[in-house]
This record gives sequence, structure tokens and C-alpha cells, in this order.
Amino acid sequence: MNEHELRGLIGKVKAGKLSRRSFVQRMAAVGLTAPLATQLLAHGGVAMAQAPATYKPTKRGGGGILKVLWWQGPTLLNPHFAVGTKDQDGSRLFYEPLAGWDPDGNLKPKLAAAIPGREDGTLAADGKSVTWKLKQGVTWHDGKPFTADDVVFNWEYAKDPATAAVTSGSYADVMVEKIDPYTVVVKFAKPTPFWADAFVGTRGMIIPKHLFADFIGAKSRDAPTNLKPVGTGPYMFKDFKPGDLVAGVINPNYHQPNKPYFDSIEMKGGGDAVSAARAVLQTGEFDFAWNMQVEDEILQRLEKGGKGRVVISPGGNIEHIQLNTTDPWTEVDGERSSLKTKHPTLSDPAVRQALSMLVDKKSIEQHIYGRTGPATANFVNNPKRFVSTTTTYEFNVDKAADILEKAGWKKGSDGIREKDGKKLKFVYQTSINQPRQKTQAIVKQAAQKAGIDMELKSVTASVFFSSDVANPDTYTKFYCDLQMYTTTMSQPDPEVFMMQFVSSEAATKANKWQGRNITRWQSKEYDDNYAASQSEVDPVKRAAMLIKANDMVINNQVVIPVVSRPGVAALGTKLNAVVSGWDNNTWDLSDWYKDA
Amino acid sequence: MSRQYIIRRLLITIPSLLGISIVLFAILALAPGDPFEELATNPAVPPEVRAALRAKFGLDDPVWTRYLHWLGAMIQGDWGFSFASRMDVDTLILQRLPTTLIVIGSSQVIAILVALPVGVLAATRPYSLFDQIANTLAFVGFSLPTFFTGLLFILVFSIQLDWLPFVYRADIAGSGWPWLWAHIKQSIMPVMVLGLFQGASLVRFVRSSVLDVIKLDYVTTARSKGIGERKVITKHVVRNALIPVVTLVALQMPIVFGGAIVTEQIFRVPGIGSLLISAMLANDTPVVMAVTFVIACLVVIFNLIADILYGWLDPRISFR
Repeated sequence: MNEHELRGLIGKVKAGKLSRRSFVQRMAAVGLTAPLATQLLAHGGVAMAQAPATYKPTKRGGGGILKVLWWQGPTLLNPHFAVGTKDQDGSRLFYEPLAGWDPDGNLKPKLAAAIPGREDGTLAADGKSVTWKLKQGVTWHDGKPFTADDVVFNWEYAKDPATAAVTSGSYADVMVEKIDPYTVVVKFAKPTPFWADAFVGTRGMIIPKHLFADFIGAKSRDAPTNLKPVGTGPYMFKDFKPGDLVAGVINPNYHQPNKPYFDSIEMKGGGDAVSAARAVLQTGEFDFAWNMQVEDEILQRLEKGGKGRVVISPGGNIEHIQLNTTDPWTEVDGERSSLKTKHPTLSDPAVRQALSMLVDKKSIEQHIYGRTGPATANFVNNPKRFVSTTTTYEFNVDKAADILEKAGWKKGSDGIREKDGKKLKFVYQTSINQPRQKTQAIVKQAAQKAGIDMELKSVTASVFFSSDVANPDTYTKFYCDLQMYTTTMSQPDPEVFMMQFVSSEAATKANKWQGRNITRWQSKEYDDNYAASQSEVDPVKRAAMLIKANDMVINNQVVIPVVSRPGVAALGTKLNAVVSGWDNNTWDLSDWYKDA
Repeated sequence: MSRQYIIRRLLITIPSLLGISIVLFAILALAPGDPFEELATNPAVPPEVRAALRAKFGLDDPVWTRYLHWLGAMIQGDWGFSFASRMDVDTLILQRLPTTLIVIGSSQVIAILVALPVGVLAATRPYSLFDQIANTLAFVGFSLPTFFTGLLFILVFSIQLDWLPFVYRADIAGSGWPWLWAHIKQSIMPVMVLGLFQGASLVRFVRSSVLDVIKLDYVTTARSKGIGERKVITKHVVRNALIPVVTLVALQMPIVFGGAIVTEQIFRVPGIGSLLISAMLANDTPVVMAVTFVIACLVVIFNLIADILYGWLDPRISFR
């Protein structure tokens, strides 16, 4: 899909000929996230849709206790230090960003009075600044007013390298200025089509200046408020036991009328995913459980109890197979998979193409992941089908064998194809995790039929995902031919995500394997396109470039997408909660309520 | 028993604790894993942040400097600072201690309360029907691992019968009898699972200990003097037979503080055991180090207490 076609589609949405939803779906099919798609529309002058209000309770409180289960409990409650989503989810009970992402990728105002847009000029035409109007009359839990100073302070706090804030990536390159007590402007050094990063969503929660001002930089870890949050959110802090419990009570002065519904909230941690699913779906002891990493078969069985349901929220995480472009079996200057080498067999495009046809995504979805891992639509094998909303992928052993045959890979006496004395034998590694081992087996079986021998290797997750420079089995070292894992897309914009294919990002010994390009794919065309997308003023042109980047990765089989991994949560039957794959599970906690 | 003996034993504990701490620290340092690995797989977090955090928490220093740092701080009573929670380790441990003491402690009490009479009765009537049943149950009890009995209990009492909750909540709101009842209700399953497991092995121990004593000549003498059976058992047999049992119970005390990792995980009891396991999974070395070291200290100390108790209960034992 090129720029022209994109503009045509946006025009159609504007004219009302194409629904927003199908536009967003089409963008997802070509590798753009829902939030980016809605931002494209906003730039095109189509305002973000506000989901109709479905909140029913007519008074604040009275809902009793809300019991939610996180099988890994939050271990800290400062959103700028939040290591994983569990910590962000926990912080979100008390802290709020200016706006959050709903499941369709639209922004919903929280501490902002309105979402910036082109119509009222709060979104600069040159894409170099965005003006946020803050909601007035909002108070912190201790009664102090929330103002623009707090917002500016969060920027100062997060960008300070000595604070070592996990959120620094969203704040380091922007400038934030206070215009008046309820207006701030975020300025970008270069035109930034994806402007809703700082102060928005998972990385945008705002902490109070008056309690953190003395604890900026190196002293940040000593702030007493790190453990006793004082925010603007629907619940006020009551108790925190790291890894076990976060408890809150209703905020009687919450800035939205009639909210929240529950009198108190208890977020319990610990245990395992299956029993968490049980506690919600089967016994109803809890109202909500997070991250149901449970086989779909079990979830379906538990759901039959009628006490709860499973909610799936699409996001950007994707389970994929990476093909090594370098030679993992030759050591050069003390490192294997060195950029100076070339993979002896995988460098042949025919082999890569054949491999991508040997991954039976449909079976993997049906027999392993079920609803929790739909065969991915994010990356599509064939550009012809982009226009179609039902994306397909090809699994064809015969065709794969045919491609290999034509490319000169002939079967030897042992049934394994070879050419010029090089055999198609691969080592395929992943972390130890039951669905992954099952997927490996499915791929191995198909490969065998096509004359490719696969040796399966599984590494303990704590080793595989560690950054231990001394260990040869980490995923960043990639000392094998193929490997599989889920890459997380923690930001709703694909730019950072697509950085993992840029040549200069290659993981090497020189950068202690911290580079993000694990496959070590080197493509000048990709790099140029990516660099151009980073400085592209026009959001539509930029989107077209990102789509092109995605196409290149797929057409060159740098990676083979397997299934996407949406968010999976368990909800009690009576609980009404909107869960978004683009934001924290608790992003809209103020609007949760139970049917009477 | 002399004061000198106790002082000598206490002095011996110092090098052994040092040795233990070196071994623990070395193993943790050699183990793979990185407390900030979640940041490494997150493309939105710049690598510099992780580097800064590693530097801030001293993870880039050589192992021996880190050890000396830790030791120096430990001697001054500073237990370290958790990577995962950004708070002092001692606060973390103290938060978990009451629950552990209540749950694991009451399971120990139940184990003793059940094991003592059952073991003694079984021994006084060896190979009777009661003995057979007690023996069989004891065998079943300590052959079944706690994760199995735990899941079985959940399946029967929570899911089938819907009598008891299977998620332990340390923070139940309320007061008075309903509050107490809620606490008892949620403690029943974990306490029973642990109590039965501990009790089962204790029954076997008490039984064999009593059997050893009951055959001794002085018991026969007591009987032939015409002392009633009940008095013979309580005054003469049990008193002597329980000496090794006391040692055993004393040696089990560190477990009360150390928590029960598996059971705590199953029932989500926020005790020391679950703190330890989550710290291990998060590669939160200061917490792992502190908890394991505290358990090591308790083992050493209770060993000493057991030895002293033994000598005090049984004057035939002399210390030199």
C-alpha cells in the first residue's frame, strides 16, 4: 500500500464511505497499530471517536470491594520505575496520565480536558508541537491542586539520566513548557506524527511535584512516596506489600462525577495463572484476573461454570521465528553470528521462502493457542492481499519442496536436501514453555517432509532472556539458525518496534549484544527507508514508509510471524470493564462497575 | 553444661556463617539472570537506562567487592536494598513474617498436637488395629507431596463443595468474630496441608521413640512396682521418649520462619517462602541473599538450642 492509496482511504473515512473501524483493521493488516491508525485519521482531520459512555451507576461508591488478581503482584508503585506491566497496572490504581488508549486505538482523556486535534490548533500543523489543556479542579489525594507544574515536573524527573527512569525514552527527546496553570505544550525537535507518547498511556502516568521535587535524580530511590503513592486516580492508597497486595479505598473527591463505583479495591498477587483463572471463572472468589497465560482449552472448560468470561484484547505482541542471516557456527574475533559472516544456507532466499511456507500457523493457532494466539495478521506474506480484511498465509509443504528443488537443493540419501556439500540442517531454539515446544514440533515435522532437518533446542527462560554476556544461550547472541520468542510492542507506535531491523542496531560483541537487531539483517534499502520515516513530516507518507518497512521484513523472510499474542483477561460475569491491548489493564479503572 | 561450652559454640558459628554467606553469594553471582532483564526485552526502554540502573545498584562491580559491600552492610544491620521493589529488604521480610509465623506456626502446633497422642497410643499398643491405621495414614501423609494434597484440597473444598476460599488474603477488612472467622476459614486448608505433612513424619518418629523406651528394664520395674499403666506411660515412658522429639521439633523451627515455598505459592499465602520464590524469579539477589542467610542463621542457632535443650533435659549427656 503506498501513500496515494492511504490518502484515498483516509479520504473515504472522512467522507463517511469507510468506517473508522475497518480503516483501523486494514492498517493493522499492513503492520500499523490501531493507535497509529487513529492518529493518522486525526491528522487527516477526522477527530478521534469517543466511545459512547456506558457507565451506568448514578452515584459514587456503594459497590463494595473490587477484588482483582494479578498472579505476579506489583513490586513497586512508582510508574517511572515500573519494570513490567504488573507494576504499571498497580500504579494505575492511583496515578493517571493525561489520556489513555481505548481498545480501538482512540485516546480517552483522563487528566486532559480534551484530546488535542487539528481543528482547534492544539496539534501543530508542522507536527512539531502539541498543546495539552489540562482538566481544572483536579486535586491530588492529599488535597493539593493538580496543575501544569506537575506535568512539567514529570518531564524533568523522567528525562534526568540520574533518575534512571524506565520511562525516559518517552521524555528525553522532547521539550515541555508551561503556558498557563492549565496548559502545557510538548515540543519535538523534529516533526513527530506520533505525538501521543509523553504523558499518555502506560508511560504517561503523572506523579505529584510537591512530593517528588526533592527526590529527583540520584536521590529518587529515597522518596517515601515511592511506596505510598499519592495520585489523582479513583482510589487512594491504603496498603502495599510488594508482590502480595495493593489495597486502595475510594477517592471521595475523584474528578469524574459518580465515579468510581467500588468502595475499595484489593489487588492480590502471587500464585499461578491457572488457579487465578479458576478463582475468577470457576469459584467467583475474585472479579478480575490479569494475563491468563493458560491454554485456551482449559479456559473454555472453566468458562462453562458460568461465573465469568474471558476477554481478549488485541495488541502488538507477536510470537515469531527469526532466521539468522549470519553464520552461528563460525567464530570470528571471539563471537559467533558475527556480522562478518554470512549464513551458509539461510542466505539463499529460496531456503527462507521455503521455511516460511513450512510454518503451519493455522494448526498452531487451532491446536495450541486457540483464542489466545490468532495466526497473525500483523505481518502478511503476500502484498496482493493487503486490501483484503481477511488475511491469509500459506502453508504448503509441496510448494516449499518445489522451491527448494528448483533452487538446486536435492535430497541426499538420508532424505535431507543438500547443495554444494551444504546440508539443510538447522538448530531451532526457543525458551522452555509448553506451547513453544509444541510449536517447534509442528514446524519440525513439516520441515522434515520437505527435506529439512531441524534440531530442536529449548533454553530455560531465565537464561534465554537474560543479558548475561558470558552465556552463549541468550536470545540476543542468537548462536543458532532459527529462534522463536514473543517480541513485545510496548508502545502503540511501530517506529521503535521496527528499529529491530536497522543494520546499525545489530547485536554484536562490540555492543555487548545490546543492539536490538537480533537477526543481524543488513539492508541498505530498509535503513534508508527507516531513516526517512523518522524525519518525515507528513504522517501519511510516514505511515506508507512504515508499511513498506514491514513489507521488506516479510518479503525477505527476515522473520516468520507465527501468532499474535493479544491480552487475555478473566472477568466475573457481573463486572463491566473495558480492557485495552494498547494500554494497561487498569487504564479505565474509574469506569469499572458491577451489574446489580 | 558450662557457660564456656555455650560461648565456644557461639564462636564456632561465626566462621560457619561466614562460610555459608560466601557460598550463597558465590552461587547467586554465578547463577544466570539479570534483575533488569525485563527492560532488556522491552524495545521502548533505552539500553542506557538499564546500564544506569546496573551501575546504581552496583551490579557491574566484581563479585568480591559486592560481597565485601554486602558483608560490611550486614554487620551494621543493613540487610540490603531490593532491586525489584526499591525498598529495604528488612521491611520486606518483616511484612511477611507475621503471616508466616501464624500459618506455618499453627501448622506445626497442629502437627505436634496430633502426632504426640497418636504416636504414643500407637506405640503402647504396637500392631493393634489403631497402630495399623495410624501407621498407614502416616505413610500416606508423608508420601504425598504438599503440592498434591494442596491441589486436592482446593478441588474438593473450594471448587466442588465451595466451603473454603483458596486465595489467602492477609488484609481482610473488619473486626471481631466475623473477621476472626474469615481468617480461620482461609487458613484451614494451608494449615491442614502443612500440618498433616509434618504431623505424619512426627507420628512415626514419636512411635519409634516411645517403642524404644517402653521395652527398657526400668519401665518393667515401674510396672512391677504396681504403678498404674497410665502413670507409667506419662511419667516414665513419655518423659524419656520425648527427649529426641524435642530436638527434632527444635530443629524444625527454622522452617517455621523460612515458610513453606510450595504451599505458600499454591494458596497465595504472603509468607517468607513466597517472597523467596518471587525474588528468585525476579533475580532480586539482595532479597534472596537476606532470606537464605536468615534461614541459615536460624538453622545454626536452633541447632545450638537443640543441643543445649538436649543436655538440659537429659543430664546423662555432658558437654565438653
